[in-house]
Amino acid sequence: MQLTTPPILLQVAQLACERDERCLFSGLQFSVRAGEIWHVKGPNGSGKTSLLRQLAGLLPVDKGDISFPAEKSLLYIGHKLALKEQLTANENLAWLTALSTPSTDQQRYSALAKVGLRGFEESLVAQLSAGQKRRVALARLHLQTAPLWLLDEPLTAMDQEGIKDQQGWFSEHLKKGGAMVFTSHQDLTIDGVKVIDLSTLEEARV
Amino acid sequence: MMSFMFAIIRRDLLLVMRYPAEMLNPLMFFVLVVALFPLGISPEASLLSQVAAGIVWVAALLATLLALDILFKADFADGSLEQLLMAHQPTWILVLAKVIVHWLISGLPLVLLSPLVASMLFLPAEALPTLMFSLLVGTPTLSLFGAVGAALVTGVKNAGMLISLLVLPLYIPVLIFGTGAVAAAAQGLPVSGYLAYMAAMLIFALMITPWAAAMALKVGQMQG
Repeated sequence: MQLTTPPILLQVAQLACERDERCLFSGLQFSVRAGEIWHVKGPNGSGKTSLLRQLAGLLPVDKGDISFPAEKSLLYIGHKLALKEQLTANENLAWLTALSTPSTDQQRYSALAKVGLRGFEESLVAQLSAGQKRRVALARLHLQTAPLWLLDEPLTAMDQEGIKDQQGWFSEHLKKGGAMVFTSHQDLTIDGVKVIDLSTLEEARV
Repeated sequence: MMSFMFAIIRRDLLLVMRYPAEMLNPLMFFVLVVALFPLGISPEASLLSQVAAGIVWVAALLATLLALDILFKADFADGSLEQLLMAHQPTWILVLAKVIVHWLISGLPLVLLSPLVASMLFLPAEALPTLMFSLLVGTPTLSLFGAVGAALVTGVKNAGMLISLLVLPLYIPVLIFGTGAVAAAAQGLPVSGYLAYMAAMLIFALMITPWAAAMALKVGQMQG
Protein backbone atom coordinates (compact mmCIF):
# COMPACT_ATOMS: atom_id res chain seq x y z
CA MET A 1 0.00 0.00 0.00
CA GLN A 2 1.38 3.36 -1.01
CA LEU A 3 1.15 5.97 1.71
CA THR A 4 1.33 9.58 0.71
CA THR A 5 3.87 11.57 2.72
CA PRO A 6 2.18 14.00 5.08
CA PRO A 7 2.51 17.68 4.15
CA ILE A 8 5.25 19.82 5.60
CA LEU A 9 3.87 22.36 8.07
CA LEU A 10 7.11 24.05 9.02
CA GLN A 11 10.46 24.21 7.28
CA VAL A 12 13.64 25.52 8.87
CA ALA A 13 16.76 26.05 6.80
CA GLN A 14 20.23 27.05 8.03
CA LEU A 15 18.74 28.87 10.98
CA ALA A 16 21.03 30.67 13.38
CA CYS A 17 20.26 32.58 16.53
CA GLU A 18 22.35 35.27 18.09
CA ARG A 19 21.46 36.85 21.42
CA ASP A 20 23.50 39.63 23.01
CA GLU A 21 26.33 39.03 20.51
CA ARG A 22 26.56 35.37 21.47
CA CYS A 23 25.82 32.69 18.92
CA LEU A 24 23.36 30.23 20.49
CA PHE A 25 23.06 27.90 17.54
CA SER A 26 23.60 27.95 13.82
CA GLY A 27 23.04 25.78 10.78
CA LEU A 28 19.82 24.40 12.21
CA GLN A 29 17.85 22.48 9.61
CA PHE A 30 14.67 20.44 9.93
CA SER A 31 11.18 20.18 8.60
CA VAL A 32 8.11 19.32 10.59
CA ARG A 33 5.48 17.23 8.82
CA ALA A 34 1.90 16.70 9.89
CA GLY A 35 1.75 14.00 12.56
CA GLU A 36 5.26 14.64 13.83
CA ILE A 37 6.41 15.64 17.28
CA TRP A 38 9.76 17.35 17.78
CA HIS A 39 11.54 17.64 21.09
CA VAL A 40 14.03 20.50 21.40
CA LYS A 41 16.71 19.52 23.89
CA GLY A 42 19.73 21.26 25.29
CA PRO A 43 21.17 22.56 28.52
CA ASN A 44 20.02 25.83 30.11
CA GLY A 45 20.87 28.78 27.96
CA SER A 46 21.37 26.74 24.80
CA GLY A 47 18.63 28.65 22.98
CA LYS A 48 15.60 26.37 23.25
CA THR A 49 13.23 29.17 24.10
CA SER A 50 14.86 31.45 21.53
CA LEU A 51 14.33 28.82 18.83
CA LEU A 52 10.66 28.50 19.73
CA ARG A 53 10.25 32.27 19.78
CA GLN A 54 11.88 32.49 16.36
CA LEU A 55 9.46 29.88 15.04
CA ALA A 56 6.59 31.85 16.54
CA GLY A 57 7.79 35.03 14.86
CA LEU A 58 8.58 36.72 18.16
CA LEU A 59 12.34 36.95 17.60
CA PRO A 60 14.03 38.24 14.48
CA VAL A 61 15.61 35.75 12.10
CA ASP A 62 18.94 37.20 11.02
CA LYS A 63 20.37 34.15 9.32
CA GLY A 64 18.55 31.29 7.73
CA ASP A 65 14.93 30.87 6.88
CA ILE A 66 11.70 29.74 8.52
CA SER A 67 8.80 28.98 6.22
CA PHE A 68 5.30 27.62 6.54
CA PRO A 69 4.48 25.80 3.27
CA ALA A 70 0.91 25.22 4.43
CA GLU A 71 -1.22 27.89 6.10
CA LYS A 72 0.60 29.63 8.94
CA SER A 73 -1.54 28.77 11.91
CA LEU A 74 0.28 28.42 15.21
CA LEU A 75 -0.61 27.90 18.81
CA TYR A 76 2.25 29.16 20.95
CA ILE A 77 2.30 28.75 24.70
CA GLY A 78 5.44 30.38 25.99
CA HIS A 79 7.31 30.47 29.21
CA LYS A 80 5.07 33.37 30.19
CA LEU A 81 1.55 31.96 30.16
CA ALA A 82 -0.32 35.12 29.10
CA LEU A 83 -2.81 34.76 31.94
CA LYS A 84 -4.27 37.75 33.77
CA GLU A 85 -4.17 37.16 37.50
CA GLN A 86 -7.28 39.25 38.20
CA LEU A 87 -9.41 37.34 35.70
CA THR A 88 -10.94 33.90 36.19
CA ALA A 89 -9.76 30.83 34.29
CA ASN A 90 -12.84 31.02 32.09
CA GLU A 91 -12.39 34.76 31.37
CA ASN A 92 -8.74 34.26 30.50
CA LEU A 93 -9.55 31.54 28.01
CA ALA A 94 -12.33 33.70 26.60
CA TRP A 95 -10.01 36.54 25.60
CA LEU A 96 -7.17 34.25 24.52
CA THR A 97 -9.40 32.29 22.16
CA ALA A 98 -11.15 35.45 20.94
CA LEU A 99 -7.86 36.35 19.23
CA SER A 100 -8.14 33.45 16.77
CA THR A 101 -11.07 31.07 17.27
CA PRO A 102 -13.75 32.50 19.57
CA SER A 103 -15.18 29.92 21.99
CA THR A 104 -18.37 29.59 24.01
CA ASP A 105 -18.70 29.22 27.78
CA GLN A 106 -19.67 25.60 27.27
CA GLN A 107 -16.58 24.83 25.19
CA ARG A 108 -14.32 26.52 27.74
CA TYR A 109 -15.90 24.65 30.64
CA SER A 110 -15.38 21.32 28.90
CA ALA A 111 -11.79 22.26 27.99
CA LEU A 112 -11.10 23.14 31.63
CA ALA A 113 -12.64 19.84 32.72
CA LYS A 114 -10.29 18.04 30.32
CA VAL A 115 -7.26 19.65 31.95
CA GLY A 116 -8.52 18.64 35.39
CA LEU A 117 -9.87 22.01 36.51
CA ARG A 118 -13.53 21.18 36.92
CA GLY A 119 -14.86 23.45 39.64
CA PHE A 120 -12.14 26.06 39.12
CA GLU A 121 -13.75 27.70 36.07
CA GLU A 122 -14.69 30.87 37.92
CA SER A 123 -11.68 31.01 40.25
CA LEU A 124 -9.31 33.92 39.83
CA VAL A 125 -6.04 32.78 38.28
CA ALA A 126 -4.21 34.55 41.11
CA GLN A 127 -5.64 31.95 43.49
CA LEU A 128 -4.45 28.95 41.48
CA SER A 129 -1.19 27.06 42.01
CA ALA A 130 1.66 27.13 39.48
CA GLY A 131 0.63 23.77 38.05
CA GLN A 132 -3.01 24.81 37.82
CA LYS A 133 -2.07 28.02 36.03
CA ARG A 134 -0.19 25.99 33.46
CA ARG A 135 -3.22 23.77 33.08
CA VAL A 136 -5.38 26.82 32.36
CA ALA A 137 -2.95 27.85 29.62
CA LEU A 138 -2.87 24.30 28.26
CA ALA A 139 -6.66 24.24 28.06
CA ARG A 140 -6.14 26.31 24.92
CA LEU A 141 -4.92 23.11 23.25
CA HIS A 142 -8.51 21.88 23.43
CA LEU A 143 -10.06 25.11 22.18
CA GLN A 144 -7.90 26.38 19.34
CA THR A 145 -7.65 24.61 16.02
CA ALA A 146 -4.13 25.55 14.92
CA PRO A 147 -2.39 22.50 13.41
CA LEU A 148 1.08 23.45 14.65
CA TRP A 149 1.72 23.69 18.38
CA LEU A 150 4.79 25.40 19.78
CA LEU A 151 5.04 24.65 23.49
CA ASP A 152 7.79 25.97 25.72
CA GLU A 153 8.33 23.69 28.71
CA PRO A 154 4.74 22.40 28.85
CA LEU A 155 5.66 19.81 31.50
CA THR A 156 7.00 22.30 34.04
CA ALA A 157 5.15 22.32 37.37
CA MET A 158 2.89 19.46 36.27
CA ASP A 159 2.30 16.43 38.46
CA GLN A 160 2.80 12.85 37.17
CA GLU A 161 -0.89 12.56 36.32
CA GLY A 162 -0.76 15.82 34.40
CA ILE A 163 2.25 14.74 32.38
CA LYS A 164 0.49 11.50 31.47
CA ASP A 165 -2.65 13.41 30.46
CA GLN A 166 -0.63 15.79 28.33
CA GLN A 167 1.01 12.99 26.41
CA GLY A 168 -2.48 11.74 25.66
CA TRP A 169 -3.49 15.14 24.25
CA PHE A 170 -0.30 15.29 22.21
CA SER A 171 -0.86 11.85 20.65
CA GLU A 172 -4.47 12.75 19.88
CA HIS A 173 -3.36 15.96 18.19
CA LEU A 174 -0.78 14.09 16.10
CA LYS A 175 -3.35 11.49 15.05
CA LYS A 176 -5.60 14.29 13.82
CA GLY A 177 -2.82 15.45 11.50
CA GLY A 178 -1.38 18.09 13.80
CA ALA A 179 2.27 18.58 14.63
CA MET A 180 4.19 20.05 17.49
CA VAL A 181 7.56 21.34 18.59
CA PHE A 182 8.23 21.51 22.31
CA THR A 183 11.07 22.10 24.71
CA SER A 184 11.59 20.08 27.86
CA HIS A 185 14.24 18.59 30.07
CA GLN A 186 12.07 15.54 30.44
CA ASP A 187 11.59 12.75 27.88
CA LEU A 188 8.13 11.81 26.71
CA THR A 189 6.99 8.22 26.37
CA ILE A 190 5.26 8.85 23.04
CA ASP A 191 6.63 6.80 20.13
CA GLY A 192 8.46 8.48 17.30
CA VAL A 193 9.54 11.68 19.07
CA LYS A 194 12.15 13.39 16.90
CA VAL A 195 14.89 15.24 18.67
CA ILE A 196 16.66 18.51 17.98
CA ASP A 197 19.63 18.61 20.32
CA LEU A 198 21.02 22.12 20.48
CA SER A 199 24.08 21.04 22.50
CA THR A 200 25.37 18.64 19.83
CA LEU A 201 24.69 21.29 17.24
CA GLU A 202 27.00 23.61 19.13
CA GLU A 203 29.81 21.01 19.15
CA ALA A 204 29.40 20.28 15.47
CA ARG A 205 29.84 23.97 14.73
CA VAL A 206 32.95 24.34 16.90
CA MET B 1 -10.88 42.86 13.02
CA MET B 2 -13.51 44.64 15.06
CA SER B 3 -14.11 41.59 17.24
CA PHE B 4 -10.37 41.50 17.96
CA MET B 5 -10.53 45.13 19.06
CA PHE B 6 -13.62 44.59 21.20
CA ALA B 7 -12.09 41.51 22.80
CA ILE B 8 -9.13 43.59 23.99
CA ILE B 9 -11.30 46.50 25.13
CA ARG B 10 -13.62 44.15 27.03
CA ARG B 11 -10.75 42.36 28.70
CA ASP B 12 -9.02 45.58 29.75
CA LEU B 13 -12.18 47.20 31.11
CA LEU B 14 -12.88 44.02 33.08
CA LEU B 15 -9.35 44.22 34.50
CA VAL B 16 -9.87 47.85 35.48
CA MET B 17 -13.12 46.93 37.24
CA ARG B 18 -11.37 44.17 39.18
CA TYR B 19 -8.51 46.46 40.13
CA PRO B 20 -9.81 50.04 40.17
CA ALA B 21 -6.84 51.55 42.02
CA GLU B 22 -4.95 51.81 38.73
CA MET B 23 -7.67 54.02 37.32
CA LEU B 24 -8.34 56.03 40.46
CA ASN B 25 -4.73 57.05 41.09
CA PRO B 26 -4.42 59.49 38.17
CA LEU B 27 -7.87 60.94 38.92
CA MET B 28 -7.01 61.49 42.56
CA PHE B 29 -3.79 63.12 41.43
CA PHE B 30 -5.73 65.43 39.10
CA VAL B 31 -8.15 66.57 41.81
CA LEU B 32 -5.44 66.92 44.47
CA VAL B 33 -3.12 69.02 42.31
CA VAL B 34 -5.94 71.40 41.47
CA ALA B 35 -7.13 71.50 45.09
CA LEU B 36 -3.66 72.43 46.34
CA PHE B 37 -3.23 75.47 44.10
CA PRO B 38 -5.64 77.77 45.95
CA LEU B 39 -3.82 76.84 49.17
CA GLY B 40 -0.41 77.43 47.64
CA ILE B 41 -1.03 80.63 45.71
CA SER B 42 -3.94 82.50 47.17
CA PRO B 43 -7.63 81.79 47.59
CA GLU B 44 -8.46 85.05 45.86
CA ALA B 45 -11.01 84.52 43.09
CA SER B 46 -9.65 87.20 40.75
CA LEU B 47 -6.16 85.70 40.75
CA LEU B 48 -7.22 82.07 40.52
CA SER B 49 -9.66 82.62 37.68
CA GLN B 50 -6.80 84.00 35.58
CA VAL B 51 -4.64 80.89 35.99
CA ALA B 52 -7.48 78.34 36.21
CA ALA B 53 -7.22 77.18 32.59
CA GLY B 54 -3.50 76.58 32.83
CA ILE B 55 -3.74 74.70 36.12
CA VAL B 56 -6.52 72.41 34.95
CA TRP B 57 -4.76 71.64 31.69
CA VAL B 58 -1.36 71.01 33.26
CA ALA B 59 -2.95 68.75 35.87
CA ALA B 60 -4.85 66.86 33.17
CA LEU B 61 -1.68 66.45 31.14
CA LEU B 62 0.29 65.09 34.07
CA ALA B 63 -2.55 62.78 35.10
CA THR B 64 -2.63 61.34 31.57
CA LEU B 65 1.11 60.85 31.72
CA LEU B 66 0.78 59.02 35.02
CA ALA B 67 -1.59 56.48 33.51
CA LEU B 68 0.62 55.89 30.46
CA ASP B 69 3.19 53.71 32.14
CA ILE B 70 0.70 50.86 32.54
CA LEU B 71 -0.50 50.90 28.93
CA PHE B 72 1.54 47.94 27.66
CA LYS B 73 3.60 47.04 30.70
CA ALA B 74 1.38 44.37 32.25
CA ASP B 75 0.77 42.75 28.88
CA PHE B 76 4.48 42.57 28.25
CA ALA B 77 5.25 41.17 31.70
CA ASP B 78 2.72 38.33 31.66
CA GLY B 79 3.19 37.30 28.03
CA SER B 80 -0.18 38.61 26.81
CA LEU B 81 1.56 40.92 24.39
CA GLU B 82 3.14 37.93 22.62
CA GLN B 83 -0.26 36.36 22.12
CA LEU B 84 -1.77 39.66 20.96
CA LEU B 85 1.05 40.20 18.46
CA MET B 86 0.72 36.64 17.17
CA ALA B 87 -2.99 36.99 16.42
CA HIS B 88 -3.41 37.39 12.69
CA GLN B 89 -4.50 40.98 13.13
CA PRO B 90 -2.83 44.29 12.32
CA THR B 91 -0.97 45.55 15.39
CA TRP B 92 -2.33 49.09 14.99
CA ILE B 93 -5.75 47.75 15.98
CA LEU B 94 -4.24 46.49 19.20
CA VAL B 95 -2.76 49.94 19.80
CA LEU B 96 -6.05 51.64 19.02
CA ALA B 97 -7.90 49.35 21.45
CA LYS B 98 -5.36 50.11 24.16
CA VAL B 99 -5.64 53.86 23.50
CA ILE B 100 -9.42 53.73 23.68
CA VAL B 101 -9.23 52.00 27.06
CA HIS B 102 -6.60 54.46 28.26
CA TRP B 103 -8.81 57.36 27.27
CA LEU B 104 -11.92 55.82 28.81
CA ILE B 105 -10.19 55.42 32.17
CA SER B 106 -8.07 58.59 32.19
CA GLY B 107 -9.26 61.17 29.63
CA LEU B 108 -13.01 60.82 29.89
CA PRO B 109 -13.15 61.00 33.71
CA LEU B 110 -11.02 64.16 33.52
CA VAL B 111 -13.54 65.75 31.17
CA LEU B 112 -16.34 64.79 33.56
CA LEU B 113 -14.46 66.04 36.61
CA SER B 114 -13.48 69.34 35.00
CA PRO B 115 -16.63 71.30 36.09
CA LEU B 116 -15.79 70.42 39.69
CA VAL B 117 -12.16 71.51 39.53
CA ALA B 118 -13.04 74.55 37.43
CA SER B 119 -15.37 75.78 40.14
CA MET B 120 -12.64 75.25 42.73
CA LEU B 121 -10.52 77.70 40.73
CA PHE B 122 -13.29 80.21 40.01
CA LEU B 123 -13.11 79.69 36.27
CA PRO B 124 -15.72 82.02 34.69
CA ALA B 125 -18.86 80.02 33.95
CA GLU B 126 -18.87 81.06 30.27
CA ALA B 127 -15.45 79.40 29.81
CA LEU B 128 -16.54 76.03 31.22
CA PRO B 129 -18.03 74.58 28.01
CA THR B 130 -14.81 75.48 26.18
CA LEU B 131 -12.71 73.86 28.91
CA MET B 132 -14.73 70.67 28.71
CA PHE B 133 -14.71 70.62 24.94
CA SER B 134 -10.97 71.33 24.73
CA LEU B 135 -10.33 68.45 27.15
CA LEU B 136 -12.67 66.23 25.16
CA VAL B 137 -10.69 66.86 21.96
CA GLY B 138 -7.29 67.21 23.61
CA THR B 139 -7.11 64.19 25.93
CA PRO B 140 -7.51 61.60 23.14
CA THR B 141 -4.58 63.28 21.39
CA LEU B 142 -2.56 62.94 24.60
CA SER B 143 -3.48 59.25 24.84
CA LEU B 144 -2.51 58.64 21.21
CA PHE B 145 0.88 60.35 21.40
CA GLY B 146 1.43 58.72 24.77
CA ALA B 147 0.90 55.28 23.27
CA VAL B 148 3.94 55.77 21.04
CA GLY B 149 6.08 56.60 24.06
CA ALA B 150 4.68 53.69 26.07
CA ALA B 151 5.24 51.32 23.16
CA LEU B 152 8.84 52.48 22.73
CA VAL B 153 9.73 51.67 26.33
CA THR B 154 7.94 48.30 26.70
CA GLY B 155 10.37 45.96 28.36
CA VAL B 156 12.42 48.79 29.83
CA LYS B 157 12.30 48.74 33.61
CA ASN B 158 11.28 51.89 35.51
CA ALA B 159 10.55 53.70 32.30
CA GLY B 160 8.15 56.27 33.75
CA MET B 161 10.64 59.10 33.49
CA LEU B 162 11.72 58.05 30.02
CA ILE B 163 8.14 58.11 28.75
CA SER B 164 7.71 61.62 30.12
CA LEU B 165 10.82 62.83 28.33
CA LEU B 166 9.75 61.24 25.06
CA VAL B 167 6.17 62.35 25.15
CA LEU B 168 6.16 65.80 26.78
CA PRO B 169 7.43 67.68 23.72
CA LEU B 170 4.51 66.23 21.75
CA TYR B 171 2.09 67.32 24.47
CA ILE B 172 3.12 70.97 24.46
CA PRO B 173 1.11 72.06 21.39
CA VAL B 174 -2.01 70.47 22.87
CA LEU B 175 -1.39 72.30 26.13
CA ILE B 176 -0.86 75.66 24.41
CA PHE B 177 -3.99 75.44 22.31
CA GLY B 178 -6.05 73.98 25.15
CA THR B 179 -5.23 76.73 27.61
CA GLY B 180 -5.41 79.33 24.83
CA ALA B 181 -8.95 78.31 23.99
CA VAL B 182 -10.12 78.49 27.61
CA ALA B 183 -8.39 81.85 28.20
CA ALA B 184 -10.01 83.26 25.07
CA ALA B 185 -13.42 81.96 26.17
CA ALA B 186 -12.98 83.61 29.59
CA GLN B 187 -12.41 86.94 27.84
CA GLY B 188 -15.39 86.42 25.56
CA LEU B 189 -13.27 86.00 22.44
CA PRO B 190 -14.04 83.46 19.69
CA VAL B 191 -12.54 80.01 20.34
CA SER B 192 -13.34 78.08 17.18
CA GLY B 193 -9.83 78.66 15.79
CA TYR B 194 -8.17 77.07 18.79
CA LEU B 195 -10.56 74.16 18.83
CA ALA B 196 -10.14 73.60 15.10
CA TYR B 197 -6.37 73.33 15.60
CA MET B 198 -6.94 70.86 18.41
CA ALA B 199 -9.25 68.79 16.25
CA ALA B 200 -6.63 68.85 13.49
CA MET B 201 -4.00 67.59 15.96
CA LEU B 202 -6.34 64.78 16.99
CA ILE B 203 -6.86 63.69 13.40
CA PHE B 204 -3.14 63.88 12.70
CA ALA B 205 -2.42 61.78 15.82
CA LEU B 206 -5.10 59.27 14.81
CA MET B 207 -3.47 58.84 11.42
CA ILE B 208 0.13 58.30 12.46
CA THR B 209 0.39 57.20 16.08
CA PRO B 210 -1.33 53.76 15.93
CA TRP B 211 1.04 52.83 13.14
CA ALA B 212 4.12 54.26 14.88
CA ALA B 213 3.27 52.61 18.20
CA ALA B 214 2.68 49.29 16.42
CA MET B 215 6.16 49.46 14.90
CA ALA B 216 7.65 50.33 18.30
CA LEU B 217 5.81 47.46 19.98
CA LYS B 218 7.08 44.93 17.47
CA VAL B 219 10.66 46.13 17.82
CA GLY B 220 10.36 46.10 21.63
CA GLN B 221 8.94 42.59 21.65
CA MET B 222 11.72 41.35 19.37
CA GLN B 223 14.32 42.60 21.82
CA GLY B 224 12.55 41.28 24.89
